[in-house]
Amino acid sequence: MATEVHVGRRMARKEDRPLVTGTGRFVADIRPVGTVDVAFGRSPVAHARIEAIGTEAATAMDGVVGVYTAPDIQGQVQPFTLFVDQEHTPPSLDQSIHPVIRPCDMDVLALTRVRYVGQPVVAIVAESRYLAEDAAELVDIDYEELPVLTDPEAAIAPGAPLLHEQVPGNVQASFDVDLGAVDAVFAEAEHTASFRFLVPRVAGSPIETRGVLAVHDPVQEELTVWSSTQTPYMVRTRIAEMLGLAEQQVRVIAPDVGGGFGPKVQVYPEEILVAHLSMRLGRPVCWIEDRNEHLVATGQSRDQVHTVEVAYRGDGTITGLRDRFLLDCGAFNPFSITCAYNTAAHLRGLYRVPAYRIRGECVLTNKTPNVPYRGAGRPEATFVMDRVVDVVARRLGLDPAEVIGRNLLTVAEMPCDRGMPYRDGAPIVYDCGDVPASFDRLLRQVGYAEHRSATREVQDGHVRRGIGFATYVEGTGKGPHEGARALLDSRGDIIVLAGCTPHGQSHETAFSQVAADALGVSPEQITFRAGDTALVPYGVGTFASRSAVTAGTAVAVAGGRLRQRILAVAGELLEAAPDDLEFQDSTVHVQGDVTSSVTLHQIAAAAAPGPAARLPAGMDHGMDESYYFVPPTVTFASGLMAAVVDVDTETGVIDVRKIVLVHDSGRLINPMVVEGQIHGGVAQGVGTALYERLVYDDTGQPLTTTFMDYLLPTSMEVPKVEQIHVETRSDRNPLGVKGVGEAGTISPPPAIVNAVVDALAPLSVEFSELPLTPEVVLDAVLAARSGRTGGQR
Amino acid sequence: MKPPRFRYFAADSTAHAVELLGEYGDEAKLLAGGQSVVPLLNFRLVAPAVLIDINRITELDHVRVDGITTRVGALVRQRTIERDQELRRRGPMLTETVGLIGHVAIRNRGTVGGALAHADPAGEWPALGLLLGACFRIVGPRGRRTVPVDEFFRGFLTTAIEPDELLEEVELRLPSPGAGHAFVEVARRHGDFALVGVGAVVELDSRCRIAHIAIALIGVASTAVRAGDAERVLRGELPSTELVKSAAEAAAAGLDPVDDIHASGTYRRRIAGVLTRRALYTALARAGWERRDVA
Ligand SMILES: Cc1cc2nc3c(=O)[nH]c(=O)nc-3n(C[C@H](O)[C@H](O)[C@H](O)COP(=O)(O)OP(=O)(O)OC[C@H]3O[C@@H](n4cnc5c(N)ncnc54)[C@H](O)[C@@H]3O)c2cc1C
Repeated sequence: MATEVHVGRRMARKEDRPLVTGTGRFVADIRPVGTVDVAFGRSPVAHARIEAIGTEAATAMDGVVGVYTAPDIQGQVQPFTLFVDQEHTPPSLDQSIHPVIRPCDMDVLALTRVRYVGQPVVAIVAESRYLAEDAAELVDIDYEELPVLTDPEAAIAPGAPLLHEQVPGNVQASFDVDLGAVDAVFAEAEHTASFRFLVPRVAGSPIETRGVLAVHDPVQEELTVWSSTQTPYMVRTRIAEMLGLAEQQVRVIAPDVGGGFGPKVQVYPEEILVAHLSMRLGRPVCWIEDRNEHLVATGQSRDQVHTVEVAYRGDGTITGLRDRFLLDCGAFNPFSITCAYNTAAHLRGLYRVPAYRIRGECVLTNKTPNVPYRGAGRPEATFVMDRVVDVVARRLGLDPAEVIGRNLLTVAEMPCDRGMPYRDGAPIVYDCGDVPASFDRLLRQVGYAEHRSATREVQDGHVRRGIGFATYVEGTGKGPHEGARALLDSRGDIIVLAGCTPHGQSHETAFSQVAADALGVSPEQITFRAGDTALVPYGVGTFASRSAVTAGTAVAVAGGRLRQRILAVAGELLEAAPDDLEFQDSTVHVQGDVTSSVTLHQIAAAAAPGPAARLPAGMDHGMDESYYFVPPTVTFASGLMAAVVDVDTETGVIDVRKIVLVHDSGRLINPMVVEGQIHGGVAQGVGTALYERLVYDDTGQPLTTTFMDYLLPTSMEVPKVEQIHVETRSDRNPLGVKGVGEAGTISPPPAIVNAVVDALAPLSVEFSELPLTPEVVLDAVLAARSGRTGGQR
Repeated sequence: MKPPRFRYFAADSTAHAVELLGEYGDEAKLLAGGQSVVPLLNFRLVAPAVLIDINRITELDHVRVDGITTRVGALVRQRTIERDQELRRRGPMLTETVGLIGHVAIRNRGTVGGALAHADPAGEWPALGLLLGACFRIVGPRGRRTVPVDEFFRGFLTTAIEPDELLEEVELRLPSPGAGHAFVEVARRHGDFALVGVGAVVELDSRCRIAHIAIALIGVASTAVRAGDAERVLRGELPSTELVKSAAEAAAAGLDPVDDIHASGTYRRRIAGVLTRRALYTALARAGWERRDVA
C-alpha cells in the first residue's frame, strides 16, 4: 500500500455540490417518456377478510390504464416467502440459542385477508398520480372485519385469535440465551429489583420517502428498476425470484437516495409490483410514496416490552440479569430475529453482568411490519441496561457515575469474550479499548464533579438541571461480504466502484480517500460510483454500520491491486522496475526522473487487448481489478454519552442543553464525516427519547399518519453535540476501522431519561417508557410531591 | 396526497372575488397563504369544485395604524406583522406573538385573514382577536358587514364568515403604551401548534391597581377563550403573588379540554394554570409592577 495521507483527513464532501445546488437525482426526478403512475388502494382496516373487490368504476375512468388486484397477478408474481436473507441462522447460532422461526409468507397484494392498515390491496395505474388517486376512491372493497390484535401481550395470551394459522400463539420467532448460574446468583443476591420497560414503535422517517420506477426492454428482455433503497442487490434478487427472471436480466439502480435509516433495507411489495406492471404494460411505471403512505406502508421499528429482573450488591455491582421481552413485529416479520437478537446480544453492553438470561419473542399483531431502524435493537437494549444501572445506583443512594464505573469492563478484560455468538455465528469478542478511561474523559468534559456540588436549580426555582449517562457497544461491519472494483477507463481516469449504495453516508468522499491512499493518488482523481447492480456483480448494501468496514476494505484491496497492475505495465513501458516508479497526477514516472514518464491514458491503452498491447510477460489484459471482502466477524465500536438537560418542573418540558459523547469507532477515515454521522444519529436518538411514537388505537387504526402528529425533532430540538474521538484500531480488517453509522442513535434515550431523573433527584422519580413527554414528567413530579411514588415503575 | 380536480380562479380585486363567490358560493374555497387549506386539499379532507386564489388582491394587503386602532388587511402575511417596525414600536404584543406561529417559512406564506378564518383552536390569531377587541370586516354578495369578536368565533374551525363571504380586514385595538402583555405557551416542539397558550394584557392605574385586564387561552376548548373568571379576580385589585395565583386557578378551573395524542385534557388544564400565572407575572412586570415577594 502506498503512504497514507488522505485517510484520517477532514476532507470536504465530494457529493455536496449537486445536492446543495438542487441538481441531485432522486427516483422522482427520473421520468422517461410515456411513464404512467401507480396509486395503491390500501387496507383501511387492521384485520378483515376481503369479501369482494369492485374495480369496474375505477377501470372505466378516463386516464386509467389498469386496475390490478391479487387474482390478476396470481401465478405471475410469487409471494414473499423469505425476506432479505435474514431467515438463515448459522449453525453455531442455532446450537446456542435454539431459535424457533415460523414461516410467514406475504402476498404482494392481499388476496383474501388484510392484516394491517396500509397493506396494499389494489394497484391503480393511470396517466397521472392525480387520476390514479381519483380512481382509487372508486374501488369498492367489501371487508368483513376480524378481531384485531394491537398489543403483543394480548396476542400471546391463550385463546387469542391467530394472525397466521401456521404460527401458534402468534409467536413468529423466539430464542433463548442462558449464561452463567443465573438462578443461583438470584437466590444469593443481596438485592433484587424488577422492571418493565417499554420502547415504542417509531418510524425511520427518511426525508425522501420510497419510490420505484421500472422500465422493461422487451427486445433485450431486460428490466431496469430505479428504487430508493438501501439494498439494490436484494431488490434485484427478490424481483428476479418473484417474477421468474435471472438476476442478470434485472438491473437495479439506487440513484441519489434521501436517507434510509433501515426501513429501506427491506424489499417491499411495491418494488416487485411496479417491476411486474412495467413488463405487463410495456410502459415505464412509477410509484412515489407520499408521506401519508410512508407512515403506514413503510416498515416501522423498535416496539419492545421488557420484563427485567436484576440482582446486585450493596455497592452497586450487578451480578445477574434476567429478561424476557416481546418485540411487536406487526402483521409479518420480514427480518425474523434480526432486531430481537441484536437486543439480546447487545443488552449487557459495556457492563460485566456475569450471569445473564434473556428470552426474546417476536409477536404478530395487526400493525405495519417491523423492520430494523438505525440501531436495530441496540437502542432498546441500551435503554433497558442503562436505566437499570441508574435505578440500582439511586435506590442504593449511590452516585450513578460510581456505579457505572464499578460495572464497566476494564481494559484488562479486553478482548472480552461475552460467551455467546453474534448473529453471524462467531463468538462475541469485544475488541474495545480502555472504556473506564473514556468514561473519565466524559465526566471531565461534561463537568460532572462541578455539577454534583452545585445546586440543580437554574431558574426561578422551577427549572432544574440534570446530567445522565448511557453507554453503547455495537457489532459493526457485518458480512457476509462487500465488493469493489478499481479500474482505468479508456482515458486513463481512475474509476472506483462499490457494491454498497450510499444514502447520506459520504461513500464518495470516504472511499475516494481510501482508494487514493491505496493507489497513491489524490482523492480528487478518483471517480467513485455505487448504487447500481451493473457496476459490481455481487453486493449487499448499506446498513448496520457496515460500509466503512466491508466496502472500505474492498476498495482498499482493489485499489492496491490496481496500483500494482498500473506500475507493472508502466514498468514495461518505461523499461524500469515497478518498485522504482511513482505516481504524479495522471502520470507514472521513474523516481528522481520526471522526464521518464507515461500517462495513465497510455498505460490503459497498453493494457487493452490488441496490436498495441504491451504487458509484462504472463500478465492478462485489462486494467480492472476487483475484490470481495468477507469479514471474519464484526468489529465492536463503543462509546459513552452524557446528556445535560433542563427540566421545567411546572410544565414537565425538557430542554436538552447538550450531548457529550466519547466514542471509539476505530480508525477514522474522515473525522468530519464521522461527526456528521454521529450528529444525525443523536438527532434521531433525541426523537426516540422525547418525541416519536407511532400510535395505534384499539381497532388498529394508526393515529400518527402525518408529520403534524408524528413528531420528529427539528433542528431546533437537536442540541449541540460535543464529540471526543478515541481510535482503537480494529485488527479484523486491514484499514483498522469500525462502523459508526448508528453510533449516535443508540444512547440518547437512556442518557436523556437518566438526566431528567438526575434533575429531579430529590423526588426519586423513575421512568421506564419512551418517549418521555412533558405530561409524563409532570405526572411524576406531582405524584412524588404528593407523597406517592413518582414516575413509572 | 393529491387533491381531486378543481377549477382555479385568480381574483384580481375584492370585487372580483366577491363576484366569483356569488357565482360559486358553497362550492368554492378561498386560497390565501395555503398553509392550512393546501394540506386539507391534499388529504382530500376538503374537495371544493372551485378554488379562488386571493393572493393577487393588493387592496387586502395593508397595515394601517391609526391612533389606538390598527387595521390589518386579510392578506397581510404573518411575517410582515412580525417584522413591522411601527407595530413593534407601539408595543410588541403583535410582533412577539405572531413570532410563535409555526416556522418562518409558514409565516412567510400564512396570512392574518387565513389564520382568523381558519380559526384553529390552538392558533394565536384568534386569541389576539379576543385580547385586542377585534372587529371583522366581512364582504359578500349581500354587501359588507362588521362582526365584533364575541360573535365571530362560532365553534371548532367555524366563524361568522359565510361560505360565500370574504374577510377583508380586521380592526384591532392595541394596548395603550403603558400596558404590559405576554403570550406564553407550551408546544411539543418549536413551531408546533401550542398544547396550551395564554395571552394577557394588563394596564395599571396610577395607584397601581389593575385597570384593564384581558386573558385569552388557546388549545383548551373548541375555540380560543377569554378567561372571564380570572379577569374578574384581578380587575380593580392591587397585584400580588396571591392574587395572581388565584386568578390562575380561576382560569384553569373552568376548563374542560379534551385529550388528544399529544396531551391529555388533564395535562392541558394543569399547565393552563401555570401558563396563566407566568403570563400574568410577565405582563404585570411589563406594566410596571415590581414583584417584591419572589419566592
Ligand atoms: C407546520 C405548520 C405549523 C403551523 N403552526 C401554527 C401555529 O403554531 N399557530 C398558528 O396559529 N398557525 C399555525 N399554522 C397555520 C398557519 O398559521 C396558517 O397559515 C393559517 O392557519 C392559515 O393561513 P393561510 O393564509 O395559510 O390560509 P389558507 O390555508 O389559504 O386558508 C385557510 C382557510 O381560511 C380561508 N380563508 C383564507 N383567507 C380568507 C379570507 N380572507 N376570507 C375568508 N376565508 C379565508 C380558506 O378558504 C381556508 O378555509 C401552521 C401551519 C403549518 C403548516
